[in-house]
Amino acid sequence: MAEVLVVVEATQAFGVKKVTLELLTIARELGEPSAVVLGGPGAVAKLQDKLAEYGAQKIYAAESEEIDGHLVAPKATVLANLVKSVSPAAVLLASSQEGKEIAGRLAVKLENGILADAVGLDADGTATQVVFAGQTIVKSKVTKGIPLVTLRPNSVNPTPAPASPAVENLTVEVTDADKLAKVTNRVAEQKGSRPELTEASIVVSGGRGVGSGDNFKLVEELADLLGAAVGASRAAVDSGFYPHQFQVGQTGKTVSPQLYVALGISGAIQHRAGMQTSKAIVAVNKDEEAPIFELTDFGVVGDLFKVVPQAAEEIRKRKG
Amino acid sequence: MKIVVLVKQVPDSGAERNLRSDDNTVDRGSANNVINEMDEYAIEEALQIQEKHGGEVVVLTVGPDRASESIRKALSMGPDSAVHVVDEALHGSCAVATSKVLAAAIGQLNADLIICGAESTDGRVQVMPHMIAERLGIAALTGARKLTVDGSSLTIERQTEEGYEVVTASTPAVVSVWDTINEPRYPSFKGIMAAKKKPLETKSLADLGIAASEVGFDGATSAVVEHSKRPPRQAGNKITDSGDGGLKLVEYLASEKFV
Repeated sequence: MAEVLVVVEATQAFGVKKVTLELLTIARELGEPSAVVLGGPGAVAKLQDKLAEYGAQKIYAAESEEIDGHLVAPKATVLANLVKSVSPAAVLLASSQEGKEIAGRLAVKLENGILADAVGLDADGTATQVVFAGQTIVKSKVTKGIPLVTLRPNSVNPTPAPASPAVENLTVEVTDADKLAKVTNRVAEQKGSRPELTEASIVVSGGRGVGSGDNFKLVEELADLLGAAVGASRAAVDSGFYPHQFQVGQTGKTVSPQLYVALGISGAIQHRAGMQTSKAIVAVNKDEEAPIFELTDFGVVGDLFKVVPQAAEEIRKRKG
Repeated sequence: MKIVVLVKQVPDSGAERNLRSDDNTVDRGSANNVINEMDEYAIEEALQIQEKHGGEVVVLTVGPDRASESIRKALSMGPDSAVHVVDEALHGSCAVATSKVLAAAIGQLNADLIICGAESTDGRVQVMPHMIAERLGIAALTGARKLTVDGSSLTIERQTEEGYEVVTASTPAVVSVWDTINEPRYPSFKGIMAAKKKPLETKSLADLGIAASEVGFDGATSAVVEHSKRPPRQAGNKITDSGDGGLKLVEYLASEKFV
């Protein structure tokens, strides 16, 4: 069976990202998954076990300061060289900003089609995408080159398939043009241990109705009780209640969790664009005409400052 | 400094949007077409740099005839001139081919700085700035929430999931911006009147030295096989809080095994 290259994404705090495990799971339908780690020196050692657990038959390791110290371009060059040398059946990446950017460069280097933001991928390389604020389902294919696909988190259930992959070190040869954008500092702003927004199985979001940045503590409290990530509507972000990296919707993140809880969010189409494909949707809003209630599996018309504390208290009680 | 701002005309994201049933492309005929919202932030950023450092701001659009409405609107905010790449053969172009067209047009403009929105509201793919940079062999600083220009040196704060990265490069470079970077100005009446007289040059594929076979459906590297409307969600149970709304909410969450 032909190799399928899966580009690994990881975080300092949590190691291999869940979306990478989803990619390894989906890659098995197309061929033999090979994980590709593109990072700084020592990157592979921390990720190896998890990649093996989820079925990587081989691990390609490109570790270099040049990769770590520059934006995107060196990764694309290393990946393009690997594609040329192993002729894989497909290349799969996460639909993160960087995943899509690497894929974009790769597409140009190889004059290869690209399918971004897939939520499903068939064995023949046909990708399913959901577009236009979740209203249209599209099936598409690469018609020039191999399937080059970026997958949205929470698209498939990652399942383990233990393997014993050998690690093959790649020579990192990048061009001067790859080193034009230098990363001079990385600043962590996200506090605590909440799951990453796009990967979380539960998201609790607050909107304009939350009223202030201080009141977002209520949103965070419920999120922590549910083991959820915190999101915010654009109205809440524009009002300065919560930082932009947590924005869900048109000009923010697209999430597709098992459960989405919308607190004080009216549900404008631009917000729906980012959460419409959630499996279950719950909302609390004082306006019974709020469009969010067109989407909800369970809606409470009421004052979130009464309903949410009561719900939090009840969850605490049930947890004992 | 010569700044080129990439502006895309898109169907209004606040209204119903469709793919055409005949050729699977975005239906632009029946839609209300507007400037891609994020591009307004790119225009604003370019104008602010021009106000501080001088130079020239040029709007660049690839799109059908009717995209000229959006170009005039963009010009009414303050840019000096515009280039509109329009050619029937472009219809059906994929992202890879579009990047070739944009790169060729940018190359002819001799831009020092290219600014664009981080994504368009129709495709939302975010690949264009890196594709263009790859073709031109220049730097791409993407996902900026802040941009600082100091002579030929550029520094951005790139929004990440964990916080931000500080990334630097020298011009020429492509910078993409999020909507947190500034607050776009509204066009003034004077700006709207002036926009009607500003130079708008149209270019064909031949002007850019690109063959029709490299773009459009012939040159496409991917294809939509089929599309359908997603069935609307069915609204479920809705209750009005009468003192036990929180308890009922938890009951629901427990029944679905979330608690």
